[in-house]
Amino acid sequence: MVPLTVNGVSHEFDGDPNMPILWYLRDELGLAGTKFGCGMALCGACTVHIDGRAIRACVTPVSAADSKEVTTIEGLDPDGNHPVQRAWRSHNVPQCGYCQSGQIMQAASLLAENPAPSDEEVIDGMQGNICRCGTYQRIFAAVRTAASEV
Amino acid sequence: MAQITHVSRRQFIQSTGLGAVLVLGAQIRQNSIFAVARAQSATSVQPNLFVSIDSDGTVTITCSRSEMGQGVRTGIPMILADELEADWSRVKIWQAPGDETKYDPAGKDGQNTDGSRSTRHHFEIMRELGASARNLLERAAAEEWGVDASEVYTKHHRLYHTSSGRSFDFGELVDAAANLSLPTGGNAPAPRLKHPSEWKYIGKDLPVVDNFDMSTGGAVYGADVSLPGMKIAVIARSPVYRGRVRSFDATEALQVSGVEQVIEIPAMADDTPTEFRALGGVAVIGTNTWSVMEGRSKLEIEWDDGPFTAHDSSTFDDALRESARRGGSVIRRRGDVDEALSTADSVVESEYFVPYLVHTPMEPPVALVDATARPVQVWAATQAPNETRQYVAEALGLEKTDVECHITLLGGSFGRKSKPDFACEAAILSEAVGAPVRVQWTREDEVRNGYYHAASAQYIKAGLDASGNVTAWHHSAAWPSLMALWAPDVKAASTLEAGLGLIDLPYNNIPNLQIETGEADAMIRVGWYRSVNNIQHAFATNCFVNELAAAADRDPLEFMLGLIGDADEMDLTEDGVEEIWNYGDSIDDWPIMPKRLSNVLRTVAQKSGYGKQMADGHGLGLACHRSFHSYVATAVHVVVRDNGSLHVPQVDVAIDCGRYVNPEGVRKQIEGAVVFGHTIARHGKITTSRGVVEQSNFHDYPLTRIGDTPLDVRVEIVDDYVHLRSCGVGEPGVPPYAPALANAIFAATGKRHRALPLTDDAISI
Repeated sequence: MVPLTVNGVSHEFDGDPNMPILWYLRDELGLAGTKFGCGMALCGACTVHIDGRAIRACVTPVSAADSKEVTTIEGLDPDGNHPVQRAWRSHNVPQCGYCQSGQIMQAASLLAENPAPSDEEVIDGMQGNICRCGTYQRIFAAVRTAASEV
Repeated sequence: MAQITHVSRRQFIQSTGLGAVLVLGAQIRQNSIFAVARAQSATSVQPNLFVSIDSDGTVTITCSRSEMGQGVRTGIPMILADELEADWSRVKIWQAPGDETKYDPAGKDGQNTDGSRSTRHHFEIMRELGASARNLLERAAAEEWGVDASEVYTKHHRLYHTSSGRSFDFGELVDAAANLSLPTGGNAPAPRLKHPSEWKYIGKDLPVVDNFDMSTGGAVYGADVSLPGMKIAVIARSPVYRGRVRSFDATEALQVSGVEQVIEIPAMADDTPTEFRALGGVAVIGTNTWSVMEGRSKLEIEWDDGPFTAHDSSTFDDALRESARRGGSVIRRRGDVDEALSTADSVVESEYFVPYLVHTPMEPPVALVDATARPVQVWAATQAPNETRQYVAEALGLEKTDVECHITLLGGSFGRKSKPDFACEAAILSEAVGAPVRVQWTREDEVRNGYYHAASAQYIKAGLDASGNVTAWHHSAAWPSLMALWAPDVKAASTLEAGLGLIDLPYNNIPNLQIETGEADAMIRVGWYRSVNNIQHAFATNCFVNELAAAADRDPLEFMLGLIGDADEMDLTEDGVEEIWNYGDSIDDWPIMPKRLSNVLRTVAQKSGYGKQMADGHGLGLACHRSFHSYVATAVHVVVRDNGSLHVPQVDVAIDCGRYVNPEGVRKQIEGAVVFGHTIARHGKITTSRGVVEQSNFHDYPLTRIGDTPLDVRVEIVDDYVHLRSCGVGEPGVPPYAPALANAIFAATGKRHRALPLTDDAISI
């Protein structure tokens, strides 16, 4: 039994503790905002927070969240108005949108740890998140905008 | 324009049999698109299949195209909303399911969202649909006021009586409009369309309608739909194309917690064309995606590798090169290239190669099918809902009309999700287990068992006279044809593929031209990929013309402009071309216009500061290309370091796409196309060994990331021909990027690169 909190709600996970958090969120809890992209921590589509820090949910087992707080895109802000989310909309970042949950969670974690990142730090921080539609230019601008508001 | 509109409208009504459809008029969304609704319910009216209006004034516009990031759920409804004079903030979008008898209003593409054609095929019909709905409301208001309809006008969601100033909100007219008589089909007068100067949304920036959902995790993609009792499946497929299961042992797989069943999907019969059918394999089915993935990894399968184990890049690539040199099938001929080459002052020849590529949308293919329901229910991230219905029906031994297909958002696609093999798999499994089944492809599945952009070789030979004028251009290309999906033995290039930037070689001022194609074996699933063969054709032509400019000691910009010229139109029939595909459209409606290509090239040169002094290691490269009727020129500024690593500080793109709807959408597509092009230029390479694709995921099939992407992409939408028909936007930004980069690298280093990708190793000095 793995006790954990997901978006503020307490859960007791009684499955295989090796199950990646991604599939617990999507298939067991029905939190579909976190996406599957590669299964190997190569693309960042599955990024969620454990105790506020970005992790790749496709390779992180539920056991790693034992007694911890998992936050997904659905729980980042009750109204969807986290500064990063607002910046994403004001820059019209998404195209297909599929990677954007992960991008936003990564950016939110980056700014929580480093509220005033340099350009290089933004690029380093977002390097693990692939956007196949190629929205990087707007992602970069949106992170800069969000940094000015965090 | 009115006359053209009227004709198309009549054709549509004829093609759908308006009279019969009207019988169904009382059912919501069951009437012909031009049938004015009777009361659809107590609280709404539906002037046609593409718009309904609720009594609270909410306007719901139908989107019948698939959204995969190109902004179609915003762009197409914008056109209708504009003509309706709706307030965009009171518009909702309803995603139509697959049904080409209702939701293909232009009657041109069966609801297939591909070929960069949504806007160009829907611009006029969406205007008509919006105008006809506005006309209905105006007639309703006129009746309510007891005045002539000519005294009523519509402005921003309200109807006004000209002389009295009385007004109604749209919602207040629902009952009155619902009671209006139906127009009499093709004899109904065409409603007045707004003059472009009256447009309120067309040509203006709007954010996409899904912006909020996409930033909050609420957007629904293929894997986000669930049904009660649903099972989840992953499938082990043959590593070699058209291989089949010889035997398998599922003992260990079935021991994995959450795995419930292991089922073999039979391979196609040997003589069945692949098309979009299920490949076959061994499916592991259960309740959790991770469980079935774990189960699949424990399967013991012995494969019969089938007929394509000789497909090996080490030999296949050379065979393509040889075929390109051999040529054989002449598709365009002007003058006499042999004679011109024999008398040329100098001859330049080069060979170009572009490898297989695979789509890698961030969302791998996924579909949910309930084959126990009638009609069968499909939820899929699909570009082609009606072909999905067709192939699912075939897989289940049913009729297409027995299958309904609901379209989710697509987490990227780039051509992959035009091919509904994954929905067929889900259908077969759903029938077998008697429950709804979601088939989830993994990244490895997508990379190893995909539909691949054709590898290609090109050989070009040109003659120059003593003044550096090009007197002859002999171009030959070879690639395995995507037509082999339907005709497996086909070796010849198709008219469609040759029409993607090869037969329409833009250098109209060269007096002697010969373009031909060689044969190639299709030994893998070849399928279309964003901008398709334009990628390699634009690469070779733009790089080779740059080589010629250097050989002639001329500036590349001036040289290219001289070859393209400023003719109004290029007539390929004069060069003996009898059949030009022209992206499926009439050449009269969308002619090839050299002056527009020159125009974007001049524009991008000016915007990018072409001609300015560059520091050592810096270079500016140009390329231009017409595709999907649009004209795009790209300027890449590159900085090359000694180790071959490079940095692209700035990219300028000029696009002339005729009449555009949402300029913000155009900019986004071009920005994305540059990144897509950067992946092709720098990373993309699929290879095979003994028939097996050697790559599997993003470690060995890398994509451009934020750290190597151009971050300063400047898009200039060229307005000079905005009065002409809409052209494609989703794809045309891709082809010019790689050659512009290669030409920039030459400008920076003096080194030529004739094969993609342009890896650091290749570039290092």
